[in-house]
Amino acid sequence: MDTPAGDLTPALLNAALWTDGMLADAGIPVSDVPFVSVGGGIGSFVLVDYLRIAGVPADQIRVLSNIDHPWQTYEYLTRVSQIPRTQRIRSDSSSRPDNIWGFPSYALSEAWRDRSLRHLAQVLTEPIFSDYWTPRAGTVFAGLERESARIGYPSMLVKGAVRLVRRREGGGYFTILTPPAGSPTKRVAYRSTYVHLAVGYPGLRFLPDLQEFREKYRDHEHVVNAYEPHEHVYEFLKTRPGTVVVRGGGIVASRVLQRLMDDRAAFGLQTRIVHLFRTFVTGTHGSGVFMRRRGGHGWAYQGFNYPKSVWGGQLKAQMRKLDGEERAALYKRMGGTNTPKRGHWQRQMAAGRAAGWYEAMQGTVEKVEPAPHGQLASTVDGRVIRSHFVIDCTGLEADISEHRVLADLLEHSGAGRNPLGRLEVERHFEVKGTASGDGALYASGATTLGGYFPGVDTFLGLQVAAQEIADDLARRGWCARIGPVRSTSQWFRWLLGRPV
Amino acid sequence: MVPILSGRIQTRLFLLALVGALVTALITPVLPGDPGYRATFAVLAAVAALGVGWEVLYHGLMQFRWEKDWPSLFGLLTVVPEGALLWVLLRLELVPGAGGATFAGFAVHFGVVWLVVWLVANGPMRVPFLRWRFRGGRIG
Repeated sequence: MDTPAGDLTPALLNAALWTDGMLADAGIPVSDVPFVSVGGGIGSFVLVDYLRIAGVPADQIRVLSNIDHPWQTYEYLTRVSQIPRTQRIRSDSSSRPDNIWGFPSYALSEAWRDRSLRHLAQVLTEPIFSDYWTPRAGTVFAGLERESARIGYPSMLVKGAVRLVRRREGGGYFTILTPPAGSPTKRVAYRSTYVHLAVGYPGLRFLPDLQEFREKYRDHEHVVNAYEPHEHVYEFLKTRPGTVVVRGGGIVASRVLQRLMDDRAAFGLQTRIVHLFRTFVTGTHGSGVFMRRRGGHGWAYQGFNYPKSVWGGQLKAQMRKLDGEERAALYKRMGGTNTPKRGHWQRQMAAGRAAGWYEAMQGTVEKVEPAPHGQLASTVDGRVIRSHFVIDCTGLEADISEHRVLADLLEHSGAGRNPLGRLEVERHFEVKGTASGDGALYASGATTLGGYFPGVDTFLGLQVAAQEIADDLARRGWCARIGPVRSTSQWFRWLLGRPV
Repeated sequence: MVPILSGRIQTRLFLLALVGALVTALITPVLPGDPGYRATFAVLAAVAALGVGWEVLYHGLMQFRWEKDWPSLFGLLTVVPEGALLWVLLRLELVPGAGGATFAGFAVHFGVVWLVVWLVANGPMRVPFLRWRFRGGRIG
C-alpha cells in the first residue's frame, strides 16, 4: 500500500460507512467528543454559545477550524468590501451574535455607553422617519471577543482543515481533520455522536464575461471582485482621473460607490463612475398591492438582506410549510438583489447624477477586452464603455459542491439538495438523509439557503438555526432545553460578564 | 419581534395579564379621580378584549408592507386610536364595571400601562422567553 501511515486509504475513501477498525487499520488516531462543529466562523460560534448557555461543558464540544477566531473571515470580507471596523454593517440592532437574547440591543448598549438618547431615537423612528439603525462592525467584533472569552471558546477550538465527515457503523460520525504542519500525524479523526457544519460560503464566482477576461488576458488588476482586496483601485484614482465600471445592484455595490464617492469628495478627485445594473428598477415593483417593494434609479430598496418577517414573522411561518416548487417560488418572490435606502448614499448619488460623473444604466455585458492606454472596453448591448477598472459587486456564489466537505457529503453520506440547489435540511437543521444511528448531522448558514427557513446567512438566521439545533439536541436528551428560569439567570450572567 | 396574527394576540393578552395587571395594581391608588380597582381592572379587561379586534386590523394593515413587519413606533402610536375608542366606549357606558371614570384618571392609567407593556415587549420579554421573537410573538 502506498498510502503513508495515518492517512486516508482508498478503502476509507470508497466506503460510505466506516468502522472503528478501518481507522485503526489506517493508523489514524481517534479522539472522542460528543459534539463537533466544523467551520469555526460565526455559525459555529453562535451554536456553541447556545449550547454552553444550555449547560453543556466545554470539554463536550470541539470546533474544528482553520481560523483563529470566529469573526476572522467575516472581518476580512467586510473590510475588503469597504466596511472597516468604524463603519456600520447592514444588520438589525437586536441581531447580536454575542447575545442569544438580542437584549440589550446594540443601540441600547451604545446609548448606555455614550450616555446619549440619539441611538434610541433612531431605533424608535426607523424605518419610517429615519434609516435603520445598524451597528458598527467593530462593535460586533468586540462583543464576539468578550463572549468568546466568557464561554471558553478558545479551549474548544482545534486548528486544522477538515477534509470530510463520514457516518460511523454503530452510530455517529467520523470527522477527518488535517492538523497544521508539524503535527505528529497526517490526519486525526474525531468520533462524535453529533456533527454541525457551518462552513460558510463555498467560494466566489465571477460573472462569465469577467472570468473569461481574467483567464484570457491573465489580468487580475483591472477587473476585480469587491470581495477580494482591491485597494489599488482607490489608490490609482487618487493619482489621476479615472473611470470605474461598477457592476451589481446590492449592498456591496452601494459600499463600493460610497468609497469611490467619499474619496472623490475628500481628495477632490475626478473619478467618473458608470454603474451597470442587469435588472434596472425604476420604482416601486412587485406582484400586487401586498408584494410591493420600493425602488428607483436602478436599485430595489430593502432595509436588510431579507424582508424583516423572515426572522420570526409571517414569511418565516409561511416558508416553514413549503416544499419543492412552492418553496422555490416564494424565495423568488421575496428575493432579488437589493440595498438599503440610506440618506447619505442617496445624497451622494443625486450629486453625482446632477454633475454627470455618476451614470447608472441597465445593460448586459457581452464582453470585456483590453483597450489602449491601460484601459478596458466593456461591450454593453452594442455600446462600448471605456474604463480603467471594473469592480464586480454581483456577489455570485459558487456551487456547494465546490466545498470539499459538502461535496463528499453529497456523494457518500445521503445528503441532497434543496429547491435552490444548496444542502437540504429539516426544519430543525438536520441534514436530510444523513442520520446515523442515534447520531445527527446538522448544518447552518449559507450552505442551507433555500430551506424551510430563509435568512440563514445572517446573524439572526444563525441564531434561529442554533436555537432549533439546541432544542433538537435537548429532545434527544443530550443537553437541557433552556427554559424561562435558566434563560433569565444566564442572561444576568451575560450582563455581568460572568462565565456561563 | 415581527409578529404573526396569533403571536400578536398571545403577546397582547399575556403582557396585559402580567405587566398590565401589575402596573394597574400599583398605580390605581394614585390615579386622578380615585377610580378604584374594579374600574381600572374593567378598563384593562376592555383593552384586552378590544385588542383582539385591533390586532386583526393591524395584521390586515401589515399585509400592505413589503417586509410584513410592524415597526416599534407603530406599537407605540396605536395608543391614540385605541385610547380614543375606549374613552368613547367609557363615556357611552358600554364598558361593564368601569362607570364614572374621569378623563385624567383614564388617560394616565391607559397611557402608563401602554408604555410599560410596549417597553417590555421591545426587549425584556426576550430574556425569559428566548423563542418568542423567532416565533412571531407566540408564547407557547
